Amino acid sequence: MGKSGWPFVVGGLGLALLLWGSTWGLFFAPRETYMGEVQRIMYVHVPTAWNAMLVLSFAFVCALVSLLRGGWAWDARLEAAIEAGVVLSGLVCIQGSIWARPTWGVWWDWDPRLTTTAVLLFAFGGILALRQFVDDPVKRAVWSAVAVVIAYADVPLVYFSVRWWNSLHQVQSTPETVSRAFHWPLRINAFGVLFLMAGLVELRARLAWLRREAEIAPPPPPSRVAAVAGATPPPYGGPSTGGTPPPYGAPSTGGKPPPYGGPSTGGKR
Amino acid sequence: MERAGRAHARGCAGRERRPVSPFAAALRKDLLLQWRTRAQLIAVFVFGASALLLFSFAIGPNAAALRQHSAGFLWLALLLASTLALADSFESEMAQRALEGLLLLPADPRALYYGKAVANLLQLTLLGAGLVPVMVVLYDASTARVPALLGIIVLGAAGLSAPGTLYAAMTAQVRARNTLLPLLLFPLVVPALLAAVKATALLILGDPMGQLAAWTMLLVAFDAVYWSLCGLVFERVVED
Repeated sequence: MGKSGWPFVVGGLGLALLLWGSTWGLFFAPRETYMGEVQRIMYVHVPTAWNAMLVLSFAFVCALVSLLRGGWAWDARLEAAIEAGVVLSGLVCIQGSIWARPTWGVWWDWDPRLTTTAVLLFAFGGILALRQFVDDPVKRAVWSAVAVVIAYADVPLVYFSVRWWNSLHQVQSTPETVSRAFHWPLRINAFGVLFLMAGLVELRARLAWLRREAEIAPPPPPSRVAAVAGATPPPYGGPSTGGTPPPYGAPSTGGKPPPYGGPSTGGKR
Repeated sequence: MERAGRAHARGCAGRERRPVSPFAAALRKDLLLQWRTRAQLIAVFVFGASALLLFSFAIGPNAAALRQHSAGFLWLALLLASTLALADSFESEMAQRALEGLLLLPADPRALYYGKAVANLLQLTLLGAGLVPVMVVLYDASTARVPALLGIIVLGAAGLSAPGTLYAAMTAQVRARNTLLPLLLFPLVVPALLAAVKATALLILGDPMGQLAAWTMLLVAFDAVYWSLCGLVFERVVED
Protein backbone atom coordinates (compact mmCIF):
# COMPACT_ATOMS: atom_id res chain seq x y z
CA MET A 1 0.00 0.00 0.00
CA GLY A 2 2.71 2.35 1.01
CA LYS A 3 4.83 2.16 -2.13
CA SER A 4 2.40 1.27 -4.91
CA GLY A 5 2.14 3.65 -7.83
CA TRP A 6 -1.65 3.91 -8.02
CA PRO A 7 -1.75 7.56 -6.86
CA PHE A 8 0.34 8.52 -9.90
CA VAL A 9 -1.95 6.54 -12.22
CA VAL A 10 -5.15 7.93 -10.69
CA GLY A 11 -3.75 11.47 -10.46
CA GLY A 12 -2.54 11.32 -14.07
CA LEU A 13 -5.94 10.04 -15.18
CA GLY A 14 -7.57 12.89 -13.26
CA LEU A 15 -5.30 15.45 -14.89
CA ALA A 16 -6.06 14.03 -18.35
CA LEU A 17 -9.82 14.10 -17.64
CA LEU A 18 -9.54 17.65 -16.37
CA LEU A 19 -7.74 18.75 -19.53
CA TRP A 20 -10.29 16.97 -21.71
CA GLY A 21 -13.32 18.35 -19.86
CA SER A 22 -11.91 21.87 -19.72
CA THR A 23 -11.06 21.87 -23.44
CA TRP A 24 -14.58 20.64 -24.21
CA GLY A 25 -16.11 23.24 -21.93
CA LEU A 26 -13.98 26.11 -23.21
CA PHE A 27 -14.07 25.46 -26.94
CA PHE A 28 -16.83 23.00 -27.87
CA ALA A 29 -19.71 23.40 -25.40
CA PRO A 30 -22.40 25.87 -26.53
CA ARG A 31 -22.41 29.44 -25.26
CA GLU A 32 -24.87 30.07 -22.43
CA THR A 33 -27.71 32.38 -23.47
CA TYR A 34 -27.84 34.80 -20.52
CA MET A 35 -24.39 34.75 -18.91
CA GLY A 36 -22.38 34.33 -22.10
CA GLU A 37 -18.75 33.20 -22.00
CA VAL A 38 -18.37 33.76 -18.25
CA GLN A 39 -20.59 30.73 -17.62
CA ARG A 40 -17.74 28.48 -18.80
CA ILE A 41 -16.05 28.87 -15.40
CA MET A 42 -18.83 26.57 -14.15
CA TYR A 43 -16.93 23.61 -15.65
CA VAL A 44 -14.19 24.02 -13.04
CA HIS A 45 -16.04 25.92 -10.30
CA VAL A 46 -18.81 23.39 -9.69
CA PRO A 47 -16.54 20.28 -9.73
CA THR A 48 -14.12 22.07 -7.38
CA ALA A 49 -16.97 22.92 -4.99
CA TRP A 50 -18.31 19.33 -5.01
CA ASN A 51 -14.87 17.88 -4.38
CA ALA A 52 -14.04 20.44 -1.69
CA MET A 53 -17.05 19.26 0.32
CA LEU A 54 -16.16 15.64 -0.45
CA VAL A 55 -12.57 15.92 0.79
CA LEU A 56 -13.62 17.85 3.91
CA SER A 57 -16.15 15.09 4.60
CA PHE A 58 -13.30 12.58 4.16
CA ALA A 59 -11.28 14.63 6.68
CA PHE A 60 -14.20 14.31 9.10
CA VAL A 61 -14.25 10.52 8.62
CA CYS A 62 -10.45 10.37 9.13
CA ALA A 63 -10.82 12.47 12.29
CA LEU A 64 -13.52 10.16 13.68
CA VAL A 65 -11.52 7.00 12.92
CA SER A 66 -8.37 8.62 14.29
CA LEU A 67 -10.17 9.48 17.54
CA LEU A 68 -11.96 6.15 17.93
CA ARG A 69 -9.32 3.71 16.72
CA GLY A 70 -6.10 5.71 16.67
CA GLY A 71 -3.28 4.95 14.25
CA TRP A 72 -0.75 7.15 12.54
CA ALA A 73 -1.98 6.28 9.06
CA TRP A 74 -5.34 7.96 9.77
CA ASP A 75 -3.55 11.01 11.14
CA ALA A 76 -1.49 11.20 7.95
CA ARG A 77 -4.68 10.92 5.85
CA LEU A 78 -6.32 13.56 8.03
CA GLU A 79 -3.44 15.97 7.45
CA ALA A 80 -3.59 15.37 3.69
CA ALA A 81 -7.38 15.76 3.55
CA ILE A 82 -7.34 19.02 5.54
CA GLU A 83 -4.71 20.50 3.21
CA ALA A 84 -6.57 19.40 0.09
CA GLY A 85 -9.82 20.76 1.54
CA VAL A 86 -8.24 24.14 2.29
CA VAL A 87 -6.74 24.37 -1.21
CA LEU A 88 -10.00 23.39 -2.93
CA SER A 89 -12.09 25.71 -0.71
CA GLY A 90 -9.71 28.57 -1.51
CA LEU A 91 -10.05 27.79 -5.22
CA VAL A 92 -13.85 27.74 -4.92
CA CYS A 93 -13.81 31.21 -3.32
CA ILE A 94 -11.46 32.60 -5.99
CA GLN A 95 -13.42 31.06 -8.88
CA GLY A 96 -16.70 32.23 -7.32
CA SER A 97 -15.37 35.80 -7.10
CA ILE A 98 -14.20 35.72 -10.73
CA TRP A 99 -17.67 34.52 -11.76
CA ALA A 100 -19.60 36.88 -9.43
CA ARG A 101 -18.01 40.10 -10.65
CA PRO A 102 -19.44 40.07 -14.21
CA THR A 103 -22.60 38.19 -13.19
CA TRP A 104 -23.73 39.93 -9.99
CA GLY A 105 -21.56 43.07 -10.28
CA VAL A 106 -19.67 42.35 -7.04
CA TRP A 107 -16.59 40.31 -6.18
CA TRP A 108 -18.19 38.79 -3.13
CA ASP A 109 -21.71 38.08 -1.98
CA TRP A 110 -22.91 36.74 1.35
CA ASP A 111 -24.60 33.77 -0.20
CA PRO A 112 -25.04 30.70 2.07
CA ARG A 113 -22.86 28.34 0.02
CA LEU A 114 -20.12 30.89 -0.67
CA THR A 115 -20.07 32.05 2.95
CA THR A 116 -20.10 28.47 4.28
CA THR A 117 -17.14 27.65 2.03
CA ALA A 118 -15.27 30.74 3.25
CA VAL A 119 -15.99 29.85 6.89
CA LEU A 120 -14.77 26.29 6.27
CA LEU A 121 -11.66 27.65 4.57
CA PHE A 122 -10.80 29.72 7.65
CA ALA A 123 -11.83 27.00 10.13
CA PHE A 124 -9.72 24.29 8.48
CA GLY A 125 -6.89 26.78 7.80
CA GLY A 126 -6.87 27.42 11.57
CA ILE A 127 -6.58 23.67 12.17
CA LEU A 128 -3.59 23.50 9.83
CA ALA A 129 -2.03 26.35 11.83
CA LEU A 130 -2.75 24.43 15.04
CA ARG A 131 -0.90 21.40 13.65
CA GLN A 132 2.12 23.59 12.92
CA PHE A 133 2.34 24.83 16.50
CA VAL A 134 1.95 21.55 18.40
CA ASP A 135 5.28 19.78 18.86
CA ASP A 136 4.02 16.56 20.46
CA PRO A 137 2.82 14.30 17.59
CA VAL A 138 0.24 12.50 19.74
CA LYS A 139 -1.33 15.74 20.95
CA ARG A 140 -1.18 17.11 17.41
CA ALA A 141 -3.08 14.10 16.07
CA VAL A 142 -5.75 14.12 18.78
CA TRP A 143 -6.28 17.87 18.87
CA SER A 144 -6.52 18.28 15.12
CA ALA A 145 -8.99 15.37 14.94
CA VAL A 146 -11.08 16.98 17.70
CA ALA A 147 -10.94 20.37 15.95
CA VAL A 148 -12.02 18.80 12.63
CA VAL A 149 -15.02 17.08 14.26
CA ILE A 150 -16.01 20.36 15.91
CA ALA A 151 -15.54 22.41 12.73
CA TYR A 152 -17.46 19.91 10.60
CA ALA A 153 -20.39 19.96 13.03
CA ASP A 154 -20.60 23.69 12.31
CA VAL A 155 -21.31 23.24 8.58
CA PRO A 156 -25.14 22.91 8.77
CA LEU A 157 -25.35 25.67 11.38
CA VAL A 158 -23.30 28.08 9.26
CA TYR A 159 -25.26 27.17 6.13
CA PHE A 160 -28.69 27.69 7.65
CA SER A 161 -27.73 30.82 9.60
CA VAL A 162 -26.36 32.52 6.49
CA ARG A 163 -29.31 31.25 4.44
CA TRP A 164 -31.71 32.99 6.83
CA TRP A 165 -29.51 36.04 6.85
CA ASN A 166 -29.16 36.51 3.10
CA SER A 167 -29.53 34.55 -0.10
CA LEU A 168 -28.71 35.46 -3.69
CA HIS A 169 -26.92 32.45 -5.16
CA GLN A 170 -28.64 30.80 -8.05
CA VAL A 171 -30.06 27.31 -7.70
CA GLN A 172 -27.36 24.72 -7.09
CA SER A 173 -25.95 23.27 -10.32
CA THR A 174 -26.93 19.64 -10.82
CA PRO A 175 -27.54 17.68 -14.03
CA GLU A 176 -31.25 18.52 -13.58
CA THR A 177 -30.68 22.30 -13.43
CA VAL A 178 -28.10 22.44 -16.23
CA SER A 179 -28.87 22.03 -19.92
CA ARG A 180 -27.99 18.62 -21.42
CA ALA A 181 -25.48 20.33 -23.71
CA PHE A 182 -23.36 21.22 -20.65
CA HIS A 183 -23.54 17.82 -18.93
CA TRP A 184 -20.51 16.03 -20.33
CA PRO A 185 -17.76 18.61 -19.71
CA LEU A 186 -19.17 19.12 -16.18
CA ARG A 187 -19.17 15.37 -15.43
CA ILE A 188 -15.74 14.78 -16.96
CA ASN A 189 -14.25 17.62 -14.93
CA ALA A 190 -16.00 16.42 -11.75
CA PHE A 191 -14.31 13.02 -12.11
CA GLY A 192 -11.08 14.70 -13.23
CA VAL A 193 -10.88 16.80 -10.05
CA LEU A 194 -11.92 13.75 -7.97
CA PHE A 195 -9.19 11.49 -9.37
CA LEU A 196 -6.52 14.20 -9.26
CA MET A 197 -7.48 15.01 -5.67
CA ALA A 198 -7.49 11.32 -4.65
CA GLY A 199 -3.99 10.81 -6.08
CA LEU A 200 -2.63 13.98 -4.47
CA VAL A 201 -4.25 13.23 -1.09
CA GLU A 202 -2.70 9.74 -1.05
CA LEU A 203 0.74 11.11 -1.99
CA ARG A 204 0.44 13.85 0.64
CA ALA A 205 -0.63 11.26 3.22
CA ARG A 206 2.49 9.19 2.43
CA LEU A 207 4.64 12.30 2.83
CA ALA A 208 2.97 13.05 6.18
CA TRP A 209 3.57 9.42 7.19
CA LEU A 210 7.29 9.66 6.33
CA ARG A 211 7.58 12.88 8.35
CA ARG A 212 5.80 11.26 11.30
CA GLU A 213 8.14 8.29 11.00
CA ALA A 214 11.18 10.54 11.23
CA GLU A 215 9.59 12.42 14.11
CA ILE A 216 8.63 9.49 16.30
CA ALA A 217 11.15 6.80 15.34
CA PRO A 218 12.77 5.47 18.49
CA PRO A 219 16.47 6.18 18.92
CA PRO A 220 18.79 3.39 17.71
CA PRO A 221 19.67 0.81 20.35
CA PRO A 222 22.93 1.50 22.29
CA SER A 223 24.65 -1.55 20.72
CA ARG A 224 24.01 -0.12 17.23
CA VAL A 225 25.27 3.29 18.32
CA ALA A 226 28.42 1.72 19.75
CA ALA A 227 28.94 -0.28 16.56
CA VAL A 228 28.82 2.76 14.32
CA ALA A 229 30.55 5.15 16.75
CA GLY A 230 33.96 4.59 15.25
CA ALA A 231 32.78 4.12 11.67
CA THR A 232 32.46 6.83 9.06
CA PRO A 233 28.97 8.34 9.18
CA PRO A 234 26.76 7.42 6.21
CA PRO A 235 26.49 10.02 3.45
CA TYR A 236 23.65 12.53 3.55
CA GLY A 237 20.51 10.80 2.31
CA GLY A 238 22.09 7.41 2.84
CA PRO A 239 20.37 4.54 4.67
CA SER A 240 19.35 5.30 8.22
CA THR A 241 21.14 3.47 11.01
CA GLY A 242 18.04 3.39 13.23
CA GLY A 243 15.28 0.79 13.31
CA THR A 244 13.02 0.64 10.24
CA PRO A 245 9.53 1.93 11.05
CA PRO A 246 6.57 -0.08 9.74
CA PRO A 247 5.29 0.73 6.27
CA TYR A 248 2.51 3.27 5.85
CA GLY A 249 -0.88 1.75 6.55
CA ALA A 250 0.56 -1.48 7.91
CA PRO A 251 -0.48 -2.68 11.36
CA SER A 252 1.83 -1.48 14.07
CA THR A 253 4.57 -3.88 15.04
CA GLY A 254 6.09 -3.73 18.48
CA GLY A 255 9.10 -1.53 19.13
CA LYS A 256 8.41 0.78 16.20
CA PRO A 257 6.64 4.18 16.36
CA PRO A 258 4.43 4.05 19.43
CA PRO A 259 0.72 3.76 18.67
CA TYR A 260 -1.45 6.55 19.88
CA GLY A 261 -5.07 7.12 20.77
CA GLY A 262 -7.87 4.76 20.31
CA PRO A 263 -10.88 4.90 22.55
CA SER A 264 -10.27 6.08 26.05
CA THR A 265 -9.80 3.30 28.53
CA GLY A 266 -11.87 4.85 31.24
CA GLY A 267 -13.86 7.94 32.05
CA LYS A 268 -12.52 8.32 35.55
CA ARG A 269 -8.95 8.95 36.47
CA MET B 1 -17.30 25.06 75.18
CA GLU B 2 -18.31 21.42 75.10
CA ARG B 3 -21.58 22.34 73.36
CA ALA B 4 -19.70 24.33 70.73
CA GLY B 5 -17.41 21.38 70.14
CA ARG B 6 -20.39 19.06 69.67
CA ALA B 7 -21.97 21.53 67.25
CA HIS B 8 -18.72 21.72 65.29
CA ALA B 9 -18.53 17.92 65.17
CA ARG B 10 -22.16 17.75 63.98
CA GLY B 11 -21.36 20.34 61.29
CA CYS B 12 -18.33 18.39 60.13
CA ALA B 13 -20.32 15.17 60.10
CA GLY B 14 -23.05 16.92 58.11
CA ARG B 15 -20.54 18.07 55.55
CA GLU B 16 -19.13 14.57 55.27
CA ARG B 17 -22.56 13.12 54.63
CA ARG B 18 -23.15 15.53 51.75
CA PRO B 19 -20.20 15.22 49.34
CA VAL B 20 -19.63 18.05 46.90
CA SER B 21 -20.01 17.00 43.28
CA PRO B 22 -16.88 17.33 41.09
CA PHE B 23 -18.70 19.82 38.88
CA ALA B 24 -19.65 22.05 41.83
CA ALA B 25 -16.09 21.86 43.19
CA ALA B 26 -14.61 22.76 39.78
CA LEU B 27 -17.08 25.61 39.31
CA ARG B 28 -16.37 26.93 42.81
CA LYS B 29 -12.62 26.79 42.15
CA ASP B 30 -12.93 28.67 38.85
CA LEU B 31 -15.28 31.31 40.24
CA LEU B 32 -12.92 31.79 43.18
CA LEU B 33 -9.99 32.17 40.76
CA GLN B 34 -11.95 34.72 38.73
CA TRP B 35 -12.90 36.63 41.88
CA ARG B 36 -9.31 36.75 43.07
CA THR B 37 -8.12 38.02 39.70
CA ARG B 38 -11.01 40.44 39.23
CA ALA B 39 -8.62 43.18 38.13
CA GLN B 40 -8.19 41.10 34.99
CA LEU B 41 -11.95 41.14 34.35
CA ILE B 42 -12.00 44.91 34.78
CA ALA B 43 -9.14 45.22 32.27
CA VAL B 44 -11.04 43.02 29.78
CA PHE B 45 -14.15 45.17 30.28
CA VAL B 46 -12.16 48.33 29.59
CA PHE B 47 -10.80 46.64 26.45
CA GLY B 48 -14.38 45.87 25.29
CA ALA B 49 -15.55 49.42 26.03
CA SER B 50 -12.55 50.82 24.10
CA ALA B 51 -13.45 48.60 21.16
CA LEU B 52 -17.04 49.97 21.26
CA LEU B 53 -15.65 53.49 21.25
CA LEU B 54 -13.33 52.75 18.32
CA PHE B 55 -16.05 51.11 16.20
CA SER B 56 -17.95 54.42 16.19
CA PHE B 57 -15.01 56.11 14.47
CA ALA B 58 -15.34 53.62 11.60
CA ILE B 59 -18.92 54.78 10.94
CA GLY B 60 -18.57 58.49 11.68
CA PRO B 61 -20.83 60.78 13.73
CA ASN B 62 -24.03 59.56 12.10
CA ALA B 63 -26.39 58.80 14.99
CA ALA B 64 -28.87 56.78 12.89
CA ALA B 65 -26.16 54.61 11.33
CA LEU B 66 -24.48 54.04 14.70
CA ARG B 67 -27.78 52.94 16.25
CA GLN B 68 -28.46 50.63 13.33
CA HIS B 69 -25.08 48.89 13.71
CA SER B 70 -24.97 48.96 17.52
CA ALA B 71 -25.87 45.26 17.97
CA GLY B 72 -23.05 44.17 15.68
CA PHE B 73 -20.58 46.42 17.49
CA LEU B 74 -21.66 45.08 20.89
CA TRP B 75 -21.12 41.46 19.86
CA LEU B 76 -17.85 42.16 18.08
CA ALA B 77 -16.55 43.92 21.20
CA LEU B 78 -17.69 40.97 23.32
CA LEU B 79 -16.11 38.46 20.91
CA LEU B 80 -12.76 40.28 20.92
CA ALA B 81 -12.83 40.65 24.71
CA SER B 82 -13.84 37.00 25.10
CA THR B 83 -10.60 35.78 23.52
CA LEU B 84 -8.66 37.56 26.29
CA ALA B 85 -10.90 36.19 29.03
CA LEU B 86 -10.96 32.64 27.62
CA ALA B 87 -7.20 32.51 27.06
CA ASP B 88 -6.67 33.53 30.69
CA SER B 89 -9.02 30.85 31.97
CA PHE B 90 -6.43 28.09 31.41
CA GLU B 91 -3.39 30.21 32.24
CA SER B 92 -3.52 29.34 35.93
CA GLU B 93 -3.98 25.61 35.15
CA MET B 94 -0.73 25.59 33.19
CA ALA B 95 1.28 27.17 36.03
CA GLN B 96 3.19 24.52 37.99
CA ARG B 97 1.38 21.80 35.96
CA ALA B 98 -1.82 22.30 37.95
CA LEU B 99 -3.90 20.70 35.18
CA GLU B 100 -2.06 17.40 35.60
CA GLY B 101 -2.83 17.52 39.30
CA LEU B 102 -6.50 18.14 38.58
CA LEU B 103 -6.63 15.25 36.14
CA LEU B 104 -5.21 12.92 38.78
CA LEU B 105 -8.25 13.56 40.98
CA PRO B 106 -10.82 10.76 41.06
CA ALA B 107 -13.27 12.85 39.05
CA ASP B 108 -14.61 12.80 35.52
CA PRO B 109 -12.63 15.31 33.39
CA ARG B 110 -15.95 16.47 31.97
CA ALA B 111 -16.75 17.97 35.38
CA LEU B 112 -13.59 20.09 35.05
CA TYR B 113 -14.67 21.18 31.56
CA TYR B 114 -18.22 22.08 32.52
CA GLY B 115 -17.03 23.84 35.67
CA LYS B 116 -14.68 26.05 33.68
CA ALA B 117 -17.14 26.55 30.81
CA VAL B 118 -19.92 27.68 33.18
CA ALA B 119 -17.48 29.99 34.99
CA ASN B 120 -16.49 31.46 31.60
CA LEU B 121 -20.16 31.77 30.65
CA LEU B 122 -20.86 33.76 33.82
CA GLN B 123 -17.82 35.95 33.21
CA LEU B 124 -18.79 36.67 29.59
CA THR B 125 -22.41 37.33 30.60
CA LEU B 126 -21.20 39.83 33.17
CA LEU B 127 -18.95 41.39 30.55
CA GLY B 128 -21.78 41.60 27.98
CA ALA B 129 -24.20 43.04 30.52
CA GLY B 130 -21.55 45.61 31.48
CA LEU B 131 -21.00 46.62 27.85
CA VAL B 132 -24.73 47.23 27.21
CA PRO B 133 -24.83 50.60 29.09
CA VAL B 134 -21.71 51.70 27.16
CA MET B 135 -23.51 50.80 23.91
CA VAL B 136 -26.65 52.67 25.01
CA VAL B 137 -24.63 55.80 25.84
CA LEU B 138 -22.42 55.77 22.74
CA TYR B 139 -24.99 54.68 20.12
CA ASP B 140 -28.31 55.69 21.70
CA ALA B 141 -29.36 52.06 21.31
CA SER B 142 -31.71 51.43 24.20
CA THR B 143 -34.42 48.80 24.47
CA ALA B 144 -37.37 48.34 26.77
CA ARG B 145 -37.00 44.54 26.65
CA VAL B 146 -34.06 44.32 29.06
CA PRO B 147 -34.76 40.75 30.33
CA ALA B 148 -34.95 39.48 26.73
CA LEU B 149 -31.66 41.25 25.93
CA LEU B 150 -30.07 39.67 28.99
CA GLY B 151 -31.35 36.27 27.83
CA ILE B 152 -29.77 36.75 24.39
CA ILE B 153 -26.49 37.79 26.06
CA VAL B 154 -26.56 34.60 28.18
CA LEU B 155 -27.23 32.42 25.11
CA GLY B 156 -24.59 34.22 23.01
CA ALA B 157 -22.03 34.02 25.83
CA ALA B 158 -22.80 30.31 26.12
CA GLY B 159 -22.11 29.96 22.39
CA LEU B 160 -18.71 31.61 22.85
CA SER B 161 -17.72 29.88 26.07
CA ALA B 162 -18.41 26.22 25.12
CA PRO B 163 -16.01 25.95 22.14
CA GLY B 164 -13.84 28.75 23.57
CA THR B 165 -13.10 26.80 26.75
CA LEU B 166 -12.20 23.68 24.77
CA TYR B 167 -9.91 25.58 22.40
CA ALA B 168 -8.37 27.49 25.32
CA ALA B 169 -7.46 24.09 26.86
CA MET B 170 -5.60 23.24 23.63
CA THR B 171 -3.96 26.58 22.88
CA ALA B 172 -2.81 27.15 26.47
CA GLN B 173 -0.38 24.26 25.97
CA VAL B 174 1.20 25.42 22.70
CA ARG B 175 3.30 28.20 21.27
CA ALA B 176 1.55 31.26 19.74
CA ARG B 177 -1.49 30.69 21.98
CA ASN B 178 -2.71 34.28 21.58
CA THR B 179 -2.88 33.89 17.82
CA LEU B 180 -4.28 30.38 17.70
CA LEU B 181 -7.31 30.84 19.95
CA PRO B 182 -9.01 33.51 17.80
CA LEU B 183 -7.89 31.71 14.64
CA LEU B 184 -9.76 28.58 15.73
CA LEU B 185 -12.66 30.23 17.52
CA PHE B 186 -13.74 33.02 15.18
CA PRO B 187 -14.80 30.91 12.16
CA LEU B 188 -16.53 28.40 14.43
CA VAL B 189 -18.76 30.90 16.23
CA VAL B 190 -20.08 32.55 13.05
CA PRO B 191 -23.61 31.08 13.47
CA ALA B 192 -23.78 32.08 17.15
CA LEU B 193 -22.48 35.56 16.40
CA LEU B 194 -24.89 36.01 13.51
CA ALA B 195 -27.88 34.86 15.55
CA ALA B 196 -26.90 36.96 18.58
CA VAL B 197 -26.39 40.10 16.47
CA LYS B 198 -29.70 39.66 14.65
CA ALA B 199 -31.62 38.94 17.87
CA THR B 200 -30.06 41.95 19.64
CA ALA B 201 -30.74 44.20 16.64
CA LEU B 202 -34.38 43.08 16.61
CA LEU B 203 -34.69 43.96 20.30
CA ILE B 204 -33.15 47.41 19.76
CA LEU B 205 -34.65 48.37 16.39
CA GLY B 206 -37.98 46.52 16.62
CA ASP B 207 -39.26 43.20 15.35
CA PRO B 208 -42.21 43.82 13.01
CA MET B 209 -41.87 40.41 11.28
CA GLY B 210 -41.58 38.38 14.51
CA GLN B 211 -38.14 36.95 13.67
CA LEU B 212 -36.74 37.01 17.20
CA ALA B 213 -37.90 33.48 18.08
CA ALA B 214 -36.18 31.96 14.99
CA TRP B 215 -32.81 33.58 15.77
CA THR B 216 -33.13 32.63 19.45
CA MET B 217 -33.79 29.01 18.43
CA LEU B 218 -30.67 29.05 16.25
CA LEU B 219 -28.65 30.24 19.26
CA VAL B 220 -30.19 27.52 21.42
CA ALA B 221 -29.38 24.89 18.76
CA PHE B 222 -25.76 26.10 18.51
CA ASP B 223 -25.42 26.01 22.29
CA ALA B 224 -26.96 22.54 22.53
CA VAL B 225 -24.61 21.13 19.85
CA TYR B 226 -21.42 22.62 21.28
CA TRP B 227 -22.14 22.21 25.00
CA SER B 228 -22.67 18.50 24.43
CA LEU B 229 -19.98 17.90 21.78
CA CYS B 230 -17.21 19.83 23.56
CA GLY B 231 -17.97 18.05 26.83
CA LEU B 232 -17.68 14.71 25.05
CA VAL B 233 -14.27 15.38 23.52
CA PHE B 234 -12.67 17.36 26.36
CA GLU B 235 -11.17 14.26 27.96
CA ARG B 236 -9.26 13.46 24.76
CA VAL B 237 -7.89 17.02 24.62
CA VAL B 238 -6.40 17.02 28.11
CA GLU B 239 -5.32 13.39 28.36
CA ASP B 240 -1.59 12.66 28.23
